[in-house]
Amino acid sequence: MSELWDGITQAFWLIFTLDADLVEITLRSLQVTLTALLIACLIALPLAAVLSVRRFPFRRITIAVLNALMGLPPVVVGLIVYIFLSRSGPFGVFGILFTPTAMIIAQVIIIVPLIASIAHQSLRDLWAEYHDLLISMNTTQGQRIRTLLWDSRRALLTAALAGFGRGIGEVGAIMVVGGNIDHATRVLTTAIALETGKGNFALALGLGFVLIALAIAVNLTIHWLSHTEREGRW
Amino acid sequence: MIRFLTACVAALTISSAVWAEEMKMAVTTSFHNSGLAEVLLPEITKDIGIEVQLLVVGTGQALRLGEAGDVDAILVHAKAAEEEFVAQGHATHRTEIMYNDFVVIGPAADGAGIGAATDATGALQRIAAASAAFVSRGDDSGTHKKELSLWAAAGVEPEGKWYNAVGAGMGAALNTAAGMNAYILSDRASWLNFGNKGDLALLFAGDPVLFNQYAYLPVNPDKHTHVQSGLAAQLETWLISDRARDLIDGYRLEGEQLFTFNAQQ
Amino acid sequence: MSDLFPLQVSDAQVRRRGKVLVGPVDLTLQAGGVTIVIGPNGSGKTSLLKMLHGILRLNRGVVKWACTTDEAQKRQAFVFQTPVMLRRTVLENLVYPLRLLKVPKTEAHQRAGDWAGRVGLGDALRRQATVLSGGERQKLAMARALIRDPDVLFLDEPCASLDGRAMREIETILQNAAASGTRIIMSTHDMGQARRLADEVLFILHGKVHEFGPAAGFFDTAETPQARAFLNGDIVE
Repeated sequence: MSELWDGITQAFWLIFTLDADLVEITLRSLQVTLTALLIACLIALPLAAVLSVRRFPFRRITIAVLNALMGLPPVVVGLIVYIFLSRSGPFGVFGILFTPTAMIIAQVIIIVPLIASIAHQSLRDLWAEYHDLLISMNTTQGQRIRTLLWDSRRALLTAALAGFGRGIGEVGAIMVVGGNIDHATRVLTTAIALETGKGNFALALGLGFVLIALAIAVNLTIHWLSHTEREGRW
Repeated sequence: MIRFLTACVAALTISSAVWAEEMKMAVTTSFHNSGLAEVLLPEITKDIGIEVQLLVVGTGQALRLGEAGDVDAILVHAKAAEEEFVAQGHATHRTEIMYNDFVVIGPAADGAGIGAATDATGALQRIAAASAAFVSRGDDSGTHKKELSLWAAAGVEPEGKWYNAVGAGMGAALNTAAGMNAYILSDRASWLNFGNKGDLALLFAGDPVLFNQYAYLPVNPDKHTHVQSGLAAQLETWLISDRARDLIDGYRLEGEQLFTFNAQQ
Repeated sequence: MSDLFPLQVSDAQVRRRGKVLVGPVDLTLQAGGVTIVIGPNGSGKTSLLKMLHGILRLNRGVVKWACTTDEAQKRQAFVFQTPVMLRRTVLENLVYPLRLLKVPKTEAHQRAGDWAGRVGLGDALRRQATVLSGGERQKLAMARALIRDPDVLFLDEPCASLDGRAMREIETILQNAAASGTRIIMSTHDMGQARRLADEVLFILHGKVHEFGPAAGFFDTAETPQARAFLNGDIVE
């Protein structure tokens, strides 16, 4: 138990002194995961809407696959991305292995199924509610998708935050494709893994608390932003 | 949104463009855990202007990264595997740099009595005879290979309830050993740097068979044209220089010398 | 007068999962007036309206307006028995159909405010539509349907669960719409309401049009025994 206390003390000390390394890896964590989240949302949300609104062959299979991929172990994603980005792999010429870009790619793959699945559930329910009205109003496919996305933005925000949570706390994939290089690809989670490996439990826990604080801060910020939105009160 | 995206892409591009002279080197966890890297890397940047980015992985993964051309050089300690690596043409050659040593760690009470052993094989035989809990890396790393060769030399099949192969890095394996109060083979640096010693203590060391030779292998540019072979060669020259010798031999952890420089100059 | 009519329905049928929901129907509707669809529960009133409106796909036959289908679809509106509220404010619910038609924003807001006032929701513009009462929802749904100035308005039992006051307000809105030339086709199970509003009556039984004609004649001297039984309040099977 004393380690837990040491960890809390360490976390406060690190934050209080604005430890340069801590600031750097925290910002990198945010940069990687927020970029991945943005890209993942741009892919997953329209995908979820199309899956809700359109009837096409393999729709059910696509949904089942998305749901299954939610449970994909990150380290497997990491290995697959590694094989593609490796110098001896098909995209090796771009030389992006062991860069934040590679970490972003891996995280996008990890969180797209999660966001798409959660978003699809709420969009599907809303579509069941709106179906007759929107068809009656002679809307186009695009108008239906835009209406659904806009009117379920709260639920989509929750989906995005779930994606953020999975991304920011993920270590398996970014360890493989990022390499945990100091001052280049080290982020909070890989630093925690490293310090745990060294037996520095207090420092690892301290970083862990920083990670939790960061996740809470991001969640609060996003909720606060969505509450100040003009028509947002219901 | 689009502006944010552009900014991110720009930030990524810039961050990789500022350091033109950078190369990647895969090293083993045990080397990194020693803390020597933190002494050497800033000096390397200062002396020859190369930013060495370390990929800290197991020996097996380090060799795979070199084979795939994803790093420019590797620094590992598994002689047989290294020679195989050179023989297959993945590296141009193998340069011995320095050695440290392995130590046998165990519960301070030393139930198996290995402190009285005269050599490493004797120590292991005592552990096996007492069926005392033993933690093995079990991850095909240099340390793991060393451990297996020692068991073979001791004429013991490492099997049974007392033998726990955890399949993890040195630090994680030490954590497990501390939790189980078990014996374990570790490199000295990882042990000294380890922060969670618990009831464990260093019980046996000093047998020359426990010496652990580190070698530097630049990845073959004939196989991977993009490899920074120029930088790798510069780094090699530095690693065998007197400057490196002074730093390596002079490195102390808790008052103990960890590494002995032995490169052929 | 609208150029959507006459609406000609011939041999139209909708089946789902092997069950006939409505049809086969042969019917001609002329322009003008209020058509009230009556019939026992499960006789296919809702399906008939949805089939005419074009949101139930036909399994056979045709529903043919006097203009192109595309044009006809743009000029109809439908009010459902349980009104579907967009999860937005009252104002945004009213603006929505206008924005679909690319009506400029300021004009759309002006018309929305105007229609909210006409249905007695002038004070509720900024409220969320999902928290309105049943009567308010139905009035909003009607305003949202009428704001596009449709030539035909379908209503599926719009007063099914409303109190007398809300029903009166809705009927007033309907009569005003009919007076300004909107063709109204509405189902109800309330015979009093049918008598108050109907110009012509369509009696449906087992998914088929059983009797169709001017309201006056129907209520006084229905031709078929089933229709007479239904008007008497007997159970019709």
